[in-house]
Amino acid sequence: MSGSITMRGVRKSFHGTEVLKGVDLDIAAHSVVCIIGPSGSGKSTLLRCMNHLERMDSGLMLVDGELAGYTEHAGHLREASARSTSLVRRGMGMVFQQFNLFAHLTALQNVTLGPLRVLGMPRAQAEAEGRELLASVGLAAHAAKFPSQLSGGQQQRVAIARALAMKPAIMLFDEPTSALDPELIGEVLAVMKKLTTAGMTMVIVTHEISFARDVADTVVFMEDGAIVEQGQAERVLSAPRSPRTAEFLRHVSHAPRLVQEEP
Amino acid sequence: MTSTSLERLAALPVRRKTRVLSRWVPAVLIAAIVVGIGWAFISAPAMRWDVVGEYLFAPRIVSGVGTTILFTVLTFVIGLLLGLLVTVMRQSGNPVLAVACGAYIWLFRGTPLLVQLVFWFNLALIFPYLGVRIPAWGIAIGGDANDLISPFTAALVGLTLHSAAYMAEVVRGGFLAVPGGQVDAALAIGMTELEAQRHVVIPQAIRVILPPLGNQFIDILKATSIVSVIGGGDLMTRAQQIYGQNYQVIALLVVASLWYLVLVTVATLGQSWLERSLDRGRHRRPAVIATEVTA
Repeated sequence: MSGSITMRGVRKSFHGTEVLKGVDLDIAAHSVVCIIGPSGSGKSTLLRCMNHLERMDSGLMLVDGELAGYTEHAGHLREASARSTSLVRRGMGMVFQQFNLFAHLTALQNVTLGPLRVLGMPRAQAEAEGRELLASVGLAAHAAKFPSQLSGGQQQRVAIARALAMKPAIMLFDEPTSALDPELIGEVLAVMKKLTTAGMTMVIVTHEISFARDVADTVVFMEDGAIVEQGQAERVLSAPRSPRTAEFLRHVSHAPRLVQEEP
Repeated sequence: MTSTSLERLAALPVRRKTRVLSRWVPAVLIAAIVVGIGWAFISAPAMRWDVVGEYLFAPRIVSGVGTTILFTVLTFVIGLLLGLLVTVMRQSGNPVLAVACGAYIWLFRGTPLLVQLVFWFNLALIFPYLGVRIPAWGIAIGGDANDLISPFTAALVGLTLHSAAYMAEVVRGGFLAVPGGQVDAALAIGMTELEAQRHVVIPQAIRVILPPLGNQFIDILKATSIVSVIGGGDLMTRAQQIYGQNYQVIALLVVASLWYLVLVTVATLGQSWLERSLDRGRHRRPAVIATEVTA
């Protein structure tokens, strides 16, 4: 799995309100893509469709050129089995806005649960790799702590380590810093910036424009359930072609966010 | 106020109000009342302690205790399984199943246990024959309701169906307490829906369910005494049978109460032990704060 994503005509409605209105998107393998846009523009829903946490109403998705979540059957697409959907999800790590750490498990157990239960990795290996991952996000000393004993920034870094433990080709970030106190945002962005050098495909829904400028290859601007503009990051952010992109960028803060050195 | 008088006031020691009287007078009063009532009870001439001692370990009483424990455990286990089933059916998304389960809970929580027990005991009045009988095919599986419904089975069916309705609510509350994001996160690391339930949702739901389940167990333990109205053979039935013969009503009620107290105490100890062993990690906060400072 190298991690390219192709979406075509993705539509999704909630209770009669169309949230995604036919989205076409191509994400190259190993690239870093930031999806920006106002609240309610469908960014998070699009991300959740990528790993099938939301079921699209219509449209399709390919991962590495293969149908994901659907199988072709006698001239139509049919929803794939739960088993094969979970196989697709294994290849995609996901980091949530609200962290969603398993509340009954320690930081280390959060990281090792997937390798142990899903990959069937031997415990010793899972724990060794888990400790290594926790160290790589600066939390080696916190392995035995429960989520409730960690700050928001620490929880989000554990969540990143948990996703990485499955060795995914693709990492999805759903507004990873939106629920954090301002002083904790930097430590999470620093970890994410470090990840951009690891060669994974990264799709990041974010409001951190200066972070997007810093790390993204491609920036996608969404509004009202559709992609308004996409292109090379610096170009979209500095010289947007659509007046709506320009309008949005004017409204969000341009104050540079300091990306902390490694914690 | 001048600064010198401020400084003078700030230097004065603060003396706490002594609360000797307000603390001790009610305590002594209440202790006296409790001891008085207790002594009046213990020393009453009608209070035959010799009879209590005579029957406390009488074989009939002890076998009643055994039946009470049997009723409690069976009711708890079967009720819990039924309650789980009802919860799963209720949340299955199938409207017919959901309505059926809602109606079951409404009916069995909405009528008194006493009424339900007497109803099951008299089931033969509506259905003289219990089972499947298709005369055309010559099939008959079942039997006379009066033979099938003994006091024991009526008591067990009544207790179980009643408690399952409560268990279903307890279990449902536990599952609702686990946020949806937990399932999202479990699915996102490649678990199936079933694995997510097993490794992520159920372990967290159990922590929420356990304290009210412990209370359910104790409620059931005491509720089993109601089966004495249909002669269920439990501790209370035995005590009633004995005082029906020797008229030592109070002494035998004391015998029964002592046994219930012992059983409830044991159950309470077991409950708090279980809760503590499942709650590891939640009470580690002080130690954690200390390490956080040094980290």
